[in-house]
Amino acid sequence: MRTIRSKWLRATALAIAMLTAVAAIQPTSALAAGSQVNLTGAGATFPYPIYSKWFDLYNKETGVQINYQSIGSGGGIQQVKAGTVDFGASDAPLNNQRLKEMPRAVIHFPTVAGAVVLAYNLPSVTAPLQLTPDVVAGIYMGKITMWNDKRIAASNAGVALPNMPIAAIHRSDGSGTSYIFTAYLSAVSAEWKELVGNNTSVSWPVGLGGKGNEGVSGLVRQAPGAIGYVELAYAKQNNFSVASIRNAAGKFIAPSIASTTAAANGAAAVLAKDVRTPIVNSPAPDAYPIAGLTFLLVNKEQRDQAKGKAIADFIAWAMTEGQKSAEALDYAPLPEAVVKVNQANLASLTFGGKPLVAKK
Amino acid sequence: MKPRADDLYRGLLTGAAGVVFFIVFLIAWESVTGAALSMKTIGWSFLLGTEWDPVMDHYGALPYVIGTLATSLIALLIAVPLGIGSAVFLAELASRKMGEIVSFVMELLAAIPSIVYGIWGFFVLAPVLRSAVEPWLIQHFGFLPLFRGIPFGIGILNASLILAVMIVPTIVSISREMLLASPRSLREASLALGATQTESILVALSAAKPGILGAVILALGRALGETMAVTMVIGNTNRIPHSILDPGATMASVIANEFTEATSPLYISALIQIALVLFAVTIVVNALARLLVYWATGGRQDTAGAA
Repeated sequence: MRTIRSKWLRATALAIAMLTAVAAIQPTSALAAGSQVNLTGAGATFPYPIYSKWFDLYNKETGVQINYQSIGSGGGIQQVKAGTVDFGASDAPLNNQRLKEMPRAVIHFPTVAGAVVLAYNLPSVTAPLQLTPDVVAGIYMGKITMWNDKRIAASNAGVALPNMPIAAIHRSDGSGTSYIFTAYLSAVSAEWKELVGNNTSVSWPVGLGGKGNEGVSGLVRQAPGAIGYVELAYAKQNNFSVASIRNAAGKFIAPSIASTTAAANGAAAVLAKDVRTPIVNSPAPDAYPIAGLTFLLVNKEQRDQAKGKAIADFIAWAMTEGQKSAEALDYAPLPEAVVKVNQANLASLTFGGKPLVAKK
Repeated sequence: MKPRADDLYRGLLTGAAGVVFFIVFLIAWESVTGAALSMKTIGWSFLLGTEWDPVMDHYGALPYVIGTLATSLIALLIAVPLGIGSAVFLAELASRKMGEIVSFVMELLAAIPSIVYGIWGFFVLAPVLRSAVEPWLIQHFGFLPLFRGIPFGIGILNASLILAVMIVPTIVSISREMLLASPRSLREASLALGATQTESILVALSAAKPGILGAVILALGRALGETMAVTMVIGNTNRIPHSILDPGATMASVIANEFTEATSPLYISALIQIALVLFAVTIVVNALARLLVYWATGGRQDTAGAA
């Protein structure tokens, strides 16, 4: 008993001595390396897979540790407002009024683009369905209730559509996916814009709600006659039949990474003026129309020089190296024009009124 | 020396009981302050409003209040006869050993996380309801508005069934204990007076009534507040359900769904007010149930103890 206790005592004493030594050394070595910065962020769940990949890669390259809580866009915005995180992330950009309510100026940095696809379960239909914007809006407004409706048949010549009720599935939880989808419906249907609108949660006129991408996927997989919107990655993993959507140029486009990037490219001119502009219903001929960007929210004036510099460096990295890993995770890389806007915006981040990074 | 130890002991226990009050007070306080904005802006129409529209910042909680009450009520209608029936069997008819085994399994059932019930409801129960049960209900009882609609497999019926399964163990295990605790002499006396076995079981049941009603109240509390399992199977729409086949939502499920991405201050406040309403509904329902116990027992609480 006695020997064990004295052994413990010695081990503890040794541990304390080592900790003290480490603590004494650390400040100097951190200064020397200049990289012992920890950043915290919180927000959107939609880009979480790619963010966690980025933070991991970036940590290995530079030693900067970034902790990200995917608590949802709403929570991310709240935390930026309260100043409890170094950056926030949101799928829905802040509108002018919300931007004004922030205690300190906030800059939006789009990071990647994503597509929202319409997946359906019609066992008897093998050819991919082609849907017009009116049909998509009609289904979610409750105006088109049967699969063999004339309006669906009109754009699907030669497809034997079943006489089956449509179950329109939506996300029940507030989400960036719903934000992009309702932004699209508001863009293509004046009635939708008027009666329902665009938000992370809306008052859905018809249908069933599933919680999360997996809830919507589950309902679509189980129920014949169901149609639901999910992120591109989920549709791929589940091997769903997905609908091609007629875009603003009049072509039916299947969702893919290429057609999503095309959508962002098509909107490049307006994005250069304001990165918050929705990229749904892009005018580009090859663009898939239901696409959106996701954003990092960063305070313009940083309160900690080292952290501010680290955030700026990270975003600069994400715009170049980071974009390369987007495709593997089913996100579309940003178009060159938007990358340029972000790089220009990086120069407007300041500490004590002075720019954190030199202008390019 | 002795009185001081007693005082200390009494102080500790009072403190332990006080913690409960303190926590309830804190929850109520936080809900009231959080909901202040919504109460001021929306007022009483929050309770009667049927429109829940985060885009327009209009909030009315009636569909969720109805969803909560409907699912809990249907769950009770299913679980109470089932639960009391099995409790009677286990306490009065089954052999001692069998009773022990079954109630052990029952208690295991009570320990299953609600997400597992939810997944089961979603992947196993929903397809059965959609392909067999609901079409049958529509065909045979479709003349009643309560059984009309599209057989989604997901909705009020599925949520109520899941809730029923979740609360049966509570009802069975407490009711069984109460029956076992009711005086043996009562049964012997009734048998001696020439009662049949069924009649003597009724005597035992009436002796255990306060305890059994207590079990039902406890079960109801769980049904009212259950979140995860219900969210997965209720269909999550903000429309008032008109039939048990319709999708709906409960107060707890809407909070779970929308709180994380709620952005406008009024939206967050309205969600907190739903929590407050749920709190109030729970208090009212519990108070009513307690009145029921009082009324059913004529104020007698002695035979089977805790309610």
